[in-house]
Amino acid sequence: MSSHPTTYVPKSAAAKWLESRLPIIGLVHSSFVAFPVPRNLTYFWTFGAILMVMLIIQLVTGIVLAMHYTAHADYAFTSVEHIMRNVEYGWLLRYMHANGASFFFIAVYIHIFRGLFYGSYKAPREVLWILGVIILLLMMATAFMGYVLPWGQMSFWGATVITNLFSVIPLVGDTIVSFLWGGYSVGNPTLNRFFSLHYLLPFMILGVAMLHVWALHVPGNNNPTGVPIKSGKDAVPFHPYMTVKDTFSIVCFLAVFAWFVFYLPNYLGHADNYVPANPAVTPAHIVPEWYFLPFYAILRAVPDALFGVILMFASIAVLAFLPWLDTSKVRSGSYRPIFRVLFWAFVVTCLVLGWLGSRPAEGIYVILAQIFTVLYFAYFLIAMPLLGLLEKPLPLPNSITEAVLGKKQASGSGMPVGAAAEPQSKG
Amino acid sequence: MAQTTAAQEPTRRDFLFLATGAMGAVGVAAAAWPFIAQLAPDAQTVAAGAPVEVDLTPIAEGQIVKLFWRGALIFVRNRTPAEIEAARATPLDDLKDPEPDQARVMEGRENWLIIFGNCTHLGCVPLDFQGQYGGWFCPCHGSVFDTSGRIRSGPAPINLPVPPYRFVDDGRIVIGETA
Ligand code: HEM
Ligand code: FES
Repeated sequence: MSSHPTTYVPKSAAAKWLESRLPIIGLVHSSFVAFPVPRNLTYFWTFGAILMVMLIIQLVTGIVLAMHYTAHADYAFTSVEHIMRNVEYGWLLRYMHANGASFFFIAVYIHIFRGLFYGSYKAPREVLWILGVIILLLMMATAFMGYVLPWGQMSFWGATVITNLFSVIPLVGDTIVSFLWGGYSVGNPTLNRFFSLHYLLPFMILGVAMLHVWALHVPGNNNPTGVPIKSGKDAVPFHPYMTVKDTFSIVCFLAVFAWFVFYLPNYLGHADNYVPANPAVTPAHIVPEWYFLPFYAILRAVPDALFGVILMFASIAVLAFLPWLDTSKVRSGSYRPIFRVLFWAFVVTCLVLGWLGSRPAEGIYVILAQIFTVLYFAYFLIAMPLLGLLEKPLPLPNSITEAVLGKKQASGSGMPVGAAAEPQSKG
Repeated sequence: MAQTTAAQEPTRRDFLFLATGAMGAVGVAAAAWPFIAQLAPDAQTVAAGAPVEVDLTPIAEGQIVKLFWRGALIFVRNRTPAEIEAARATPLDDLKDPEPDQARVMEGRENWLIIFGNCTHLGCVPLDFQGQYGGWFCPCHGSVFDTSGRIRSGPAPINLPVPPYRFVDDGRIVIGETA
């Protein structure tokens, strides 16, 4: 998946035979073995690999769960309990899948904030970034529909609230909603179609993720300095440098994941979802899963239903325009003194919005949600365009190597430190 | 490709291209139709939406009864004189979706309020007798409804709608049919 011609030379006769018919080993080799990556990548650059692993975990556990699950309003809840109690290791598979969704979102949010800080959305990576926003949207749709499947109270009322978002569309809203439901309220037809789509969307995520990697391998990785690779000294080959770093990071991430699966399996969930769906009673306090809370807070901040819905979708859509909203030529936040402060203010804004989304929509919480919604959008629509014009960035290093080793060692040839640090880089 | 006269005047190839394209577009639209239409409520769901008869005699004054019509929740409320009075005394200017109480109930049977039970914001079930006006309070995003089911504050855009219904006699209504 690289624009560079492969350096792979097949050795065995079988490999030669295959390579001349389908150059797939060469493709893998140039993408994940010889692929040059900046020598200064930190652990923040391992979340892409973590995301791939999480997607595979969701696919594998999901397909197995589907073998035991019944997508019918009368049986869905009991079939999930059946998985928990009767199916061999069913509890493990379900807890992996349910917590896997949460950890998937933890990883994707870290991955996104990494991109925000280091300006990874800027030219030439705009398409890469937009593909990422599409993956985020698909993940949200998938997780939302998955949460409906156990058919508990939160499933039912979450589905009701979210599908009703579309009813605010003028004129056609009610028709659209009854087409989403396949009835006059959330019911069995809704559950069935959500199951079908919950099965489908992860494979679409897989497809878009491949495009995402392809779009990455054309310009190559960004890095903590934001300065592109200029010479072979700035880069190391993907294998073994990145493969080992990714693997180590994956192991640490999965250790935390396992801690949740085994010791806190319901910590991130909601107790009301162990009550079967009841269309006549709404739980006293309905909240979405934690990963939707900031967006939910934005939705509720506005007293007007249509405007609230528009703002909520806009809060994600605005990400796609960021490459053109940010006017600064400097990528990395490390060299932007004011940006750096605003970036952390933005992180805090998102966290506060998340907290507000979990509070009841009354009194001071509504006012706070309004203030922080304004701050959220101000980051994209006011700070990003203006900052590029007003801020005076710090001097950039001449190269990645200079940033890592200092000016002297980077320019001096044959210095033992530099030489030892990159015995086999070629670029 | 050889040079053609395409730039000067339309050729038979241009015609074929346009005609085929147009047919193709019609074909794609026709093929997409069933895939969209299948999303609509199916015949069984529609049939299950037949009118339902409700016996009002067991519903005491001040009581709210919940039932389902077409899978949608309906509130049947036997309002007390005080509740009717409160609804009627409200000036229309105070309302977000101005509608007199008289237009939401049937004349001579003012005590019977029959409305959809899903909040017009995002569909939660508002809690009975709660909120400032003793009507309903929606726990999801804080919409407050009065004793006529009208939106008084919060994000819900419109009043809780009145379903079609008719009185068979003093003690029975049919929801889903109009008089
Ligand atoms: C992007 C990947 C995926 C995400 C984020 C995701 C998310 C979720 C979530 C949040 C739930 C509710 C968990 C609970 O509280 O019980 C769920 C349930 C479920 N998912 Fe997925 N899922 C993914 C992929 C898949 C795939 C590929 C399948 C294959 C068919 C699948 C099948 C199921 C089934 C059968 C359930 C119901 C059983 C249960 O509730 O545990 N999922 N999913
Ligand atoms: S659903 Fe009732 S206020 Fe939002």
